[in-house]
Amino acid sequence: MKRVTLALTLALAAGLTAQAADAQTLKTVKDRGAVSCGVSQGLPGFSSPDDKGNWTGLDVDLCRAVAAAVFNDPTKVKFVPLSAKDRFTALQSGEVDVLSRNTTWTISRDTSLGANFTGVTYYDGQGFMVKKSLKVNSALELNSASVCVQTGTTTEQNLADYFKANNMKYEVIAFGTNDETVKAYEAGRCDVFTTDQSGLYANRLKLANPNDHMVLPEIISKEPLGPMVRHGDDQWFDIVKWTLFALVTTEELGITSKNVDEKAKLENPELKRVLGSDGNFGEQLGLTKDWVVRITKAVGNYGEVFDRNVGAGSPLGIARGLNNLWNKGGLQYAPPIR
Amino acid sequence: MSTEARKPPAQIALKIRRILGGKTGWNGVAVQFAFAAVLGWIAYEIVSNTRANLENQHIAAGFGFLRNNAGFDVNQTLISYTGSDTFLRVFVVGLLNTLVVSVVGIFFATVIGFVIALCRLSPNWLLSRIGELYVEVIRNLPLLFQILFWYLAVLAALPNPRQSISLLGIAFVSNRGLVIPRPIGEGGFEAFLAVLAFGIVAALALRFYSRRALFQRGQVIRIWPYVLGLLFGLPLVTMALFGLPFSFEVPQLKGFNFAGGSRIIPEFVALTLALSTYTAAFIAEIVRAGILSVHKGQMEAGSSLGLSRGTTLRLIVVPQAMRVIVPPLTNQYLNLTKNSSLAVAIGYPDLVSVFAGTSLSQTGQAIEIIAMTMGVYLLISLLTSAIMSVYGWRVSRSLGA
Repeated sequence: MKRVTLALTLALAAGLTAQAADAQTLKTVKDRGAVSCGVSQGLPGFSSPDDKGNWTGLDVDLCRAVAAAVFNDPTKVKFVPLSAKDRFTALQSGEVDVLSRNTTWTISRDTSLGANFTGVTYYDGQGFMVKKSLKVNSALELNSASVCVQTGTTTEQNLADYFKANNMKYEVIAFGTNDETVKAYEAGRCDVFTTDQSGLYANRLKLANPNDHMVLPEIISKEPLGPMVRHGDDQWFDIVKWTLFALVTTEELGITSKNVDEKAKLENPELKRVLGSDGNFGEQLGLTKDWVVRITKAVGNYGEVFDRNVGAGSPLGIARGLNNLWNKGGLQYAPPIR
Repeated sequence: MSTEARKPPAQIALKIRRILGGKTGWNGVAVQFAFAAVLGWIAYEIVSNTRANLENQHIAAGFGFLRNNAGFDVNQTLISYTGSDTFLRVFVVGLLNTLVVSVVGIFFATVIGFVIALCRLSPNWLLSRIGELYVEVIRNLPLLFQILFWYLAVLAALPNPRQSISLLGIAFVSNRGLVIPRPIGEGGFEAFLAVLAFGIVAALALRFYSRRALFQRGQVIRIWPYVLGLLFGLPLVTMALFGLPFSFEVPQLKGFNFAGGSRIIPEFVALTLALSTYTAAFIAEIVRAGILSVHKGQMEAGSSLGLSRGTTLRLIVVPQAMRVIVPPLTNQYLNLTKNSSLAVAIGYPDLVSVFAGTSLSQTGQAIEIIAMTMGVYLLISLLTSAIMSVYGWRVSRSLGA
């Protein structure tokens, strides 16, 4: 772990000295022939490789959508698995073009890392998982518990805040990777495992007997997860930002991966604008006119992406909740494409 | 025939010329200065360019973050620490955790290493085979696996706190670690400490005196009854006079964990075990080589004087072997210290884990934090080297070499 950080830091120093104001990410991506996408080291539903090495997940599909918009080919992505503590360095050093790794949007990360959040792919919050045999029903009963947590996350700080605010004592054991944390929890080193609630459900599937464990009802923080890009390249920032907005817009307009071709033929002015037969928004982004069609054909709309990876159509079975569209009681909202 | 005293040449100028320019004289000096200037310029460019680029990309730079609140907790702290302390304090906490695991690891590695080496050299067939097996197995397995093995083995073997193994009802072993009673100072505490300190100093003085008597006058003075009296008898008498110097806070099961008492966390145990057994395998070979480097005539001379094998080893062979042992032993001590950074794999809060790990990702200031961490490891290693060099020098001097 140390060696990786070190290598990244050296690369960062070297990269910073060598390529001073090189902000042409789109050109770099096109020359390389692939989008370099920073993902987790395996979090089911968000980014995890299957037995053949194909990556799937919500965070993965965002990168595939970007690749589809740029290359019209969602397979032109190079996935770089990153630990929580190495992720920002990898983005800063230019090793990845997009960091799509269930990363919480906070002001300090947005302002001091030389990187920008492009939006929110998933509205999450931190929760706790315990063994059912402990007979605990609320996080407020966790006084004096041992808590396993992954190091280098906002989770660690929220945890400290929550126990302090509720005047409870606890012991924290912080591990380098998600898998080590889960293993220690399963081995009984701690009573509680804490991370974003989506992550709890995802990790519960990895346990030997998922039904022996339960997620407590409390959500102790706001964790808006979103993709990040480097500071200083507004064009690339716009591309990633509007790829996400395109996913939400298509769901709002009822455009799916199956009906996108028929919808494109309709004489509806809004559909024509979004799907590129009217106006040149794609070209203004540095892409092609049919960029939204490309994205939708590759990964579908936001609702399809959600269902396939974390929602009803997946083993996680997480309800849409806050991640529903704004007009259906959720928070997902995209500015208009016009 | 009178000769005028020859004027000594200008020594200082000559020396400078020789050091800097070698055989080429003042031209060489000029080349050296030019080269140094180029190096300095490159270093300056790297630093200033990095700074400028960090600024351009709005990546925060500088060491101001050390004064900010860390906002996360650490589960083993040798000094008081809470989440509202600064990153500087986190740095110190992590450093102390690294140091404590290194020092304890070095101690046990040395002891185990010497024992294994003596086993391997033993004429007893079984002992020497056991020593050989230990060395060959332990030194050929990757250290990270050994750390994970000990950690998972330790965790798997132990029950949860509610079913913890009780030792006499005052100490408890569970997968949360070993909880022992914590001494709390009472009325007679100061007197007890003072007497204990006096006992230790007096015992050391006695030893010094008896050794001088032995070496200078060949007189053997038996001091151990006095030492026992000073170290144990005197404090006991004080206790009888002033009452118990401290009481013990016995840990009690409350909720999920034990409250009260002092705790040794399983991560520390696993890491120390792995580091010391692993390094011991290398130390054993170094010690064996050192002992074998002493001519066997020394051993025979000891036997012919009627000394036992153990006494011969202790008084004659090992002191001579130390000269060969110390330099490579230093390497092993340094390795152990640096290897302790593998702690992050099992959640032991060492410097790399809490500072180069958590603090780095909370602040994003990779360059400053990695530089500080590397600087600290360098400093620890140089200090260890210096101490071992002094020790090695003393060993050589006492042998008259």
